[in-house]
Amino acid sequence: MESFIQQVINGLQLGMVYALIALGYTMVYGTIGLINFAHGDVFMIGAFVGCLGYSSWGLPWPVAIIVSMAVCAALGVTIERIAYRPLRYAPKIAALISAIGVSFFLEYGSSLKFVFGPDYHVVQRPFKNITWHLGVVTITNIQVVIMLTVLIFLLFLLFLVFRTKIGAAMRTVSFDHDAARLMGVDVDKTISFTFAIGSALAAVGGVLYAIAYPQIYPFMGIMPGLKAFTAAVLGGIGQIPGAVLGSLIMGQVETMTAAYISSQLRDAIAFAILILVLLIRPSGILGRSQQEKI
Amino acid sequence: MLQKVNKMLLMVIGAIVLYVLLKIMITIGVINPYWQRVLFYSLIVIVGALGLGIIYGFTGQFSLGHAAFVGLGAYSAGYFSKTFGQYGVLSFIGALLVGMVFAGLMGFLIGVPVLRLKSDYLGIATLGFGFIVKVALDNADKLIPDLGGARGMMGTPQLASLEWLFFIALIVIILTRNFIFSTYGRACTSVREDETAADMVGVNTFKTKLMAFIFGCTLAGLGGGLYAHTYPYICPGDFYFLQSFDYLIVVVLGGLGSMTGTVVTAIGWAFLLEGLRFVLGPQFVDFRGVIYALILIITILVRRQGIFGGKEFGFLVPQVRRGKPDVALRG
Repeated sequence: MESFIQQVINGLQLGMVYALIALGYTMVYGTIGLINFAHGDVFMIGAFVGCLGYSSWGLPWPVAIIVSMAVCAALGVTIERIAYRPLRYAPKIAALISAIGVSFFLEYGSSLKFVFGPDYHVVQRPFKNITWHLGVVTITNIQVVIMLTVLIFLLFLLFLVFRTKIGAAMRTVSFDHDAARLMGVDVDKTISFTFAIGSALAAVGGVLYAIAYPQIYPFMGIMPGLKAFTAAVLGGIGQIPGAVLGSLIMGQVETMTAAYISSQLRDAIAFAILILVLLIRPSGILGRSQQEKI
Repeated sequence: MLQKVNKMLLMVIGAIVLYVLLKIMITIGVINPYWQRVLFYSLIVIVGALGLGIIYGFTGQFSLGHAAFVGLGAYSAGYFSKTFGQYGVLSFIGALLVGMVFAGLMGFLIGVPVLRLKSDYLGIATLGFGFIVKVALDNADKLIPDLGGARGMMGTPQLASLEWLFFIALIVIILTRNFIFSTYGRACTSVREDETAADMVGVNTFKTKLMAFIFGCTLAGLGGGLYAHTYPYICPGDFYFLQSFDYLIVVVLGGLGSMTGTVVTAIGWAFLLEGLRFVLGPQFVDFRGVIYALILIITILVRRQGIFGGKEFGFLVPQVRRGKPDVALRG
């Protein structure tokens, strides 16, 4: 039982990092209907910039996170401007291929020797690892930092999306671009803003991920990116609560499978559950089912 | 009718001339063994990509797990060859058939549940299937030690020569063409264009989707079988989601619903990836991935409908017989 609670906490930590990435996927999907395959690589860039920030440039780690967020937000907006916007009204698959191209570009670009280099980098944690024993469960300060940071950003995002003008614009755009434009919403600007927010959240996720698992490399974004995307689909893509719920489930499933069944089967079981859920609820757990109108 | 026969004949003659040319170039050494490998790989990609072309390009069913079916075909065919390999050509044909049947069967088993999903959700479900296959292949040695698990499988006989690859690719192209322009192929296209409308004019949409999916997966299995007999070493990493993306890139860049596009892009893509190594030289070879990515982005930005954009070379389109329209229709 003790180890079970311990695993729940570990799964929560993983799930919360996934949530930060999944939110970016879900927001972009909600506004332009694109699976942004480059998002996992923005997460990687975020991890690199953040880690360089606190290990090489000597910034305090919260400042490093903010710097990393700013860099990734700019990167996200640039990617959208160059690679997705010209294809916005093209068939969706064109933008998807463009996204795969951007993803390759970021991965191979970061592998270049004068950028980050192709190797694994082991980075120092910005603070000492402290372990607290609470009864039978152990909690590390890393887990506490991760969970608090994620909660803060989550609340901030919810406030932004549901209580501000730009959030209302984002929700309008996700319903219908043309209707939004008629209502006086600047669609281009809103989409740019969505990319900025999503990418900034991915940057936070990247830095936290690097603090939790302190090894970074140019291809580190692929798996967390795909898992987070899967989580977003699981919860119902396009829905912010869905992304968080899906991520928390994904984190638990992965940790539990690794702990009680087999760590090799971790991915297989996570994806098998995804397929099963989709078969029962084809639009994800919280997704709105779309009735086709004739 | 005469014209139809001529076109077909022309294509076959053209193919034979092309084959003779390639054979001569390989024999006198214009194409060295290295480029010969690239050529072989591009022929395998043609077979697999035409499979995805049927699933996605013609029927509109978004699959992100195509490489998994190639892998299932490669492993089952390779295992068959390793076990019954002593009969030479006969066991090679047997192995290819086993690969096709196994991949097709898995396509059926997966297709029945997941083809009810739509667009991106279908893509994600097939992507998930790809991960499951990878994990299964990684651990396959626990059940059958010969499959090698994550270490990969070695020792499949290298039977796939230029003749085999070239003519199998040709047969697959002709088969695909005949399928696309058959009643079944029309049903596939109608499902792609509008599933509801297809349903209303009496197309059994689910059956059509399933049929196209199984056909596509069978071709993937054939591609896998060829792969296993071209390379002495196969491992689960050869059939991961990145390879599924490769097939998707070939099909989309070629133009959805264009066999010509798929074939030409498959060749161009394979040669581009290797060609970049030589163009860049040892000094700049690190830039290969970046340049490939840029070419990908720029191509899709310039030609969003794909290079061929649904168009076909004339010899791939059978002559349409135009009868007089029905009196009742003219009303």
